[in-house]
Amino acid sequence: MRYSGFRLFAEALRGNTGWKPAWRDPPPKRSYDVIIIGGGGHGLATAYYLAKEHGITNVAVLEKGPIGLGNTGRNTTIVRSNYLLPQNHFFYEKALSLWEGLEQDLNYNAMVSQRGVINLFHAEGARNAAVRRGNAMRLDGIDADLLDKEQIRAMCPLIDVDNARFPVLGGLMQRRGGTARHDAVAWGFARAADLRGVDIIQHCEVTGIDVEGGRVTGVQTSRGPIKANKVGLAVAGNTSRLAQMAGFDVPIESHVLQAFVSEGVKPLVDQVITFGAGHFYISQSDKGGLVFGGGLDGWNTYAQRGNLPVVDHVWSAGVAMMPSLSRLRGLRQWGGVMDMSFDGSPIIGKTPINGLYMTAGWCYGGFKATPGSGWCHAWTIANDAPHKLNEAHRLDRFRTGHLLDERGNGPYPWMQ
Amino acid sequence: MIRIDCPWCGKRDEVEFTYRGDATVVRPEAGAPEEAFHDFVYKRANPRGWHVEWWYHGAGCRQFLKVVRHTMTHEVRSVVRATETPEVPAE
Repeated sequence: MRYSGFRLFAEALRGNTGWKPAWRDPPPKRSYDVIIIGGGGHGLATAYYLAKEHGITNVAVLEKGPIGLGNTGRNTTIVRSNYLLPQNHFFYEKALSLWEGLEQDLNYNAMVSQRGVINLFHAEGARNAAVRRGNAMRLDGIDADLLDKEQIRAMCPLIDVDNARFPVLGGLMQRRGGTARHDAVAWGFARAADLRGVDIIQHCEVTGIDVEGGRVTGVQTSRGPIKANKVGLAVAGNTSRLAQMAGFDVPIESHVLQAFVSEGVKPLVDQVITFGAGHFYISQSDKGGLVFGGGLDGWNTYAQRGNLPVVDHVWSAGVAMMPSLSRLRGLRQWGGVMDMSFDGSPIIGKTPINGLYMTAGWCYGGFKATPGSGWCHAWTIANDAPHKLNEAHRLDRFRTGHLLDERGNGPYPWMQ
Repeated sequence: MIRIDCPWCGKRDEVEFTYRGDATVVRPEAGAPEEAFHDFVYKRANPRGWHVEWWYHGAGCRQFLKVVRHTMTHEVRSVVRATETPEVPAE
């Protein structure tokens, strides 16, 4: 069923009796060409691009719960490609260009809104870093604009640009950045993949990965064993555990990242704005709630809940940047378990096991990468080799020393 | 909020401490092969369960401590001095 304005109108006249489930609920088959473990945005996108770009449709996506309820439902829905390193430029720019055409491609309203992303800076050194990053982006063909203090004041009147302690000197803006609707991304990819023949199997937890002679042969699940020629992992937060099922360790630790939504208010924040003097970023959802988040809680955890010291830090940073926030009540708070890699960049590519592939180590960048991650992961699975966009994001870069350390933090996952 | 029972200072809030990562990895000898150094820097068990980890008590005694903590419940089972080896529960 194709979605359109006409269909909406016609269904309204017929009492909405013609709508059908957006995807099937098939039982798992005994074998597939490709199994994708993880029914979040990345796994569903991988399955979709396998079918669309490579004609591989005998594919199953296995998800232990309902789709889209892991990190796909636990982020701040920001899309952008304002990175420093060229390897990340080209990858994230591919993702952003896919976001720009995603709704037409999927025939699904993902509510992609290119409202602009502004990174504020508050010191000369930070301005220099922003100029450097902006120039690096422009050299690779990505849009970046340097805004001064008065432009920030005009665009974002609620920001305390004259703050005595953290005066705003300006900001680096990517106008093509913005937000999307997280649920719609998962559902849109699921529906589009299903239409091309992909089986989306929910409530099917993988409990083991079968490896024979260094080659993957299938998986053990809570709904029985399933054979497969190739298996892709898209299980950010739990990548270490799945990799250990296949017999290897990955340079990843699991950490919790919190986010918050305030009560709904009239339009206050027109862009995505990040504070430069503390870890804080904010945007406003279409329902009116302010959506904001901060940094990691800072120690290994698999629990999808946050802890009070970071709640305190995030709200304090928010009030320092935008004092009127102090009058708002928090509505909801959640924590998602991040795959924190040792250099802060993702891992997309082959693994030590033949026929086993992974898209992992997403740190803070998972949601914005969703279509690009799926696209590159699908290419890597179909061709048994990385695409040039994700060649640098290979797992063995930690052995060869070709790290992608955007922030220069060193090998400390909780500091990335 | 985690509370850590420092062997020198007593029970304190986590905000007094700085996390310093997995305490089970051991630096290889200087002449060890590259693989050993790769594993020392990058290879982590990242368990969903009991985790032995370094915490630095910066706002207290300024000592490094080994903490046994559960990564699902956040329960702190034991806290010992840096030179000691804590007991890690099986489950």
